Amino acid sequence: MELFRFNRDIPFMSWRRQGAIISIATFILSVFFIATKGLNLGVDFTGGTVLEVGYSQTADLGKIRSVLADLEISDASVQNFGTSREVLIRLPIKPGISSAQLSETVLGALRQIDPSVEMRRVEFVGPQVGQELLENGALALLFVSLGIIAYLSIRFEWKFGIAGIIANLHDVIIIVGFFAFFQWEFSLTVLAAVLAILGYSVNESVVIFDRIRENFRKHRRASITQVIDNAITQTMSRTIITHGSTQMVVIAMLLFGGEVLYYFSLALTIGILFGIYSSIMVGSSIIMLLGVKREDLVKLEKKPLENDGAVV
Amino acid sequence: MNRYALWKYLIIAVSLLLGLLYTLPNFYGESPAVQISPLRVSAIADSTLLQRIEDALKKANLETVGILLEEGSIKVRFADTDIQIKAKDLLESTLGNEYIIALNLLPNSPQWLTNLGALPMYLGLDLRGGVHFMLAVDMEGALEKSLDRYSADIRSTLREHKIPYAGFEKQDKKLILKFRDTESRARAEAELKSNFPDLGLNEKEADNRYHLIAAIKPEAQIRMQDSAVMQNITTLRNRVNELGVAEPIIQKAGADRVIVQLPGVQDTAKAKDILGRTATLEIRMVDDEHDLDAAIRGKIPFGTELYEERGGSPILVKKQVLLTGERITDAQPGFDKDNQPAVHINLDSNGSRIFKQLTRENVGRRMAILLIEKNQTEVVTAPVIREEIGGGRVQISGRMTSIEARDVALLLRAGALAAPMDIIEERTVGPSLGADNIARGFNSTLYGFLAVAIFIIVYYMAFGVISVIALSFNLLLLVGLLSIMQATLTLPGMAALALTVGMAIDANVLINERIRDELRAGISPQLAIHAGYERAFGTILDSNITTLIAGIALFAFGSGPVKGFAVVLCLGILTSVFTAIFVSRGMVNLIYGSHANWITSQSEKSGYPSIARQVARPYLTMIMRLTKIPSMPRKN
Repeated sequence: MELFRFNRDIPFMSWRRQGAIISIATFILSVFFIATKGLNLGVDFTGGTVLEVGYSQTADLGKIRSVLADLEISDASVQNFGTSREVLIRLPIKPGISSAQLSETVLGALRQIDPSVEMRRVEFVGPQVGQELLENGALALLFVSLGIIAYLSIRFEWKFGIAGIIANLHDVIIIVGFFAFFQWEFSLTVLAAVLAILGYSVNESVVIFDRIRENFRKHRRASITQVIDNAITQTMSRTIITHGSTQMVVIAMLLFGGEVLYYFSLALTIGILFGIYSSIMVGSSIIMLLGVKREDLVKLEKKPLENDGAVV
Repeated sequence: MNRYALWKYLIIAVSLLLGLLYTLPNFYGESPAVQISPLRVSAIADSTLLQRIEDALKKANLETVGILLEEGSIKVRFADTDIQIKAKDLLESTLGNEYIIALNLLPNSPQWLTNLGALPMYLGLDLRGGVHFMLAVDMEGALEKSLDRYSADIRSTLREHKIPYAGFEKQDKKLILKFRDTESRARAEAELKSNFPDLGLNEKEADNRYHLIAAIKPEAQIRMQDSAVMQNITTLRNRVNELGVAEPIIQKAGADRVIVQLPGVQDTAKAKDILGRTATLEIRMVDDEHDLDAAIRGKIPFGTELYEERGGSPILVKKQVLLTGERITDAQPGFDKDNQPAVHINLDSNGSRIFKQLTRENVGRRMAILLIEKNQTEVVTAPVIREEIGGGRVQISGRMTSIEARDVALLLRAGALAAPMDIIEERTVGPSLGADNIARGFNSTLYGFLAVAIFIIVYYMAFGVISVIALSFNLLLLVGLLSIMQATLTLPGMAALALTVGMAIDANVLINERIRDELRAGISPQLAIHAGYERAFGTILDSNITTLIAGIALFAFGSGPVKGFAVVLCLGILTSVFTAIFVSRGMVNLIYGSHANWITSQSEKSGYPSIARQVARPYLTMIMRLTKIPSMPRKN
């Protein structure tokens, strides 16, 4: 079976302007939503207590709220989690009250109303820990970005490093923008998904860059636009199949992974979809913008190595 | 051309075998067990204990599935958790508190696998249920405490050497000693310098007084911090032992933090209570000279503190601490001679000496026994000292229930924390959620894998089958590797396992697409296979290294569940490169290799038809017929 066979190169690079407009527009929108709406940061980052409880029948949220009100816990959020029998209670950090006692008090009070209540999960993160996790997340993002730029610069050329990372950060900003727009909870696992996307979708750029380099060697007469269009067209089939496969697994996670993996897989989905777009349109456009030349890469070839990618 | 040397096939075969072997234990599951390990060095787990346990269980008609003695502890397996809990209660009452009796889960894998070191993957707390705490040591509190100790010691040193002083103050982590003249200050300074090397001393003149300012040196503070954390860890370990947890993890994290993980703990309230409590005991003298009523009105005399005795009556107690809980070697609940619940305490030799001296010097006066728990001080009892008490045996009784006596004894026995600690992070997962999470992770991986497998086989036909076999091999190796390393598997880790399936197929797709490309360009199938693998190699390496960079960053900066994700991601990249390039190539070579496959060429070389050749030939021709090039696009 073969779905993608192109007899002629698709003129991706001639759509550069439209691509740039789409990219810049989504990028600005994302930044706008992140700035105005902010992220709905999970307890991992804000600190606070999360209690997940399970009931044998449909849970009465009103009753749970009144129990919390009786305990004089204001601004707690109570909502169903997954099924109607599971309830997620979020309690903000209260100075002076130890969380250890807080969660036990709440559980005790709930148990008095309905003894069938079952503790499924308690998470408490102190304010200083939340701050650290946020800082570590930012550090990881920085480290991955620098690592990828460095690697691509060594393997290809600095222009490719810059293009690759811009294409990917573009994806990351858009994922985060989605989370800001829909106010989905941004937790530690979502951050992991974002970083994994950063590593994963750079693959896409690498595959195309590899082809570009090869085309520079093979087609000595072709223009840069032709070389890039050809590289993208040639890898098109692989792009769709690979991302399709990964997306199938991610869909399995969306369906079977439960609440914890839900936003994780949602972040991956957005990342995969935009990853395809950004590596085709953004990454390649940027190397053109940076004025990539045949000599940038073919120079590499002149060195006595044909052991392309043996050990780096 | 498309032929592999024998050693390459051997590598594949060996890794397949190892992967199978070490993945195997994960399929046997776990059975409930009770683990009995000695709490003190005096008690040992040996065959006599084994016999005792067996007899006790037999008497109670509790059926065991297996019982074994290893590494200084005895493990008893049961068919279900009901019997397990009954057995735990029974053993707790028969064996007494010499042993830790903990609920545990033991792998069901056969002994020969265990002997090979093949154990199931270590499940994280989000999969097996349990409690994770991160505690921060309150160093300010520890500093404050040691300054208090220093001030008592300095006073007694000055008194001992008859050095007069006019005042003594504690001010932002410094002790200020005031003298009337420089001569006594100089004497005091010399004396303190030789007695307390950890104190930095400074001179200052103010208000016609000659001040000597003592502060703990920074290097001593660091040392104190380290030892406080270490002592807290020891204390926590003792307390956790009292809780009865099978495989607790208690480790230092950073300069002033401790991580405590208690797998399988169900009663989190109790766990938090025991861990968070900072109970220590202090023996001080009761101040009966001053006016108690005046003190209640707010005029508390210098050097004393007002507390409430258990039962509610106020009592004035001197600030000077004569003896602390650190001197306690053992504490047991029991009853006093009036049959009231009591705690019996044994002191170490130093403590015994101090206690003997203080009771001799204070016959007829009252001493107060204070229990300090989480910044709350309570006078448990304030008995009149009738006579000198030697031998280091102290009994505390006074208006407590037998449950309170048991808890106090436990806390005293477990020791005091060197510095107060706060829980700054807690993650508790109930057992039902743990089981759900395993199912979620497993289903995601399974259905994700099936979807990818079907799609790839439909799309690439024969080469798809090879890719899917390589992919299953990859999964097998990954699970085997995780089991060998005993890396902790978490739910995000399982997500990474699923994601590896999706991402690993990329390498195969790259290769297959390349082969199609080459075929389209008009190269012969053999050459196309060769060129496809060669050309795809660099790309596969590049794209995986970038993902590896992300994985390493996640591992370095991530915490808890994210680390679990990173470990699986990184290992998954390594195994997928191996299987996609090396193993799938091996299979392709075996099937398509230069028209003459490895088996036939070997037998031809050796000159006579081998059995292998005769056995293999019909299958190989069948595979070739079924899969041969028609499934791949021919020259255009």
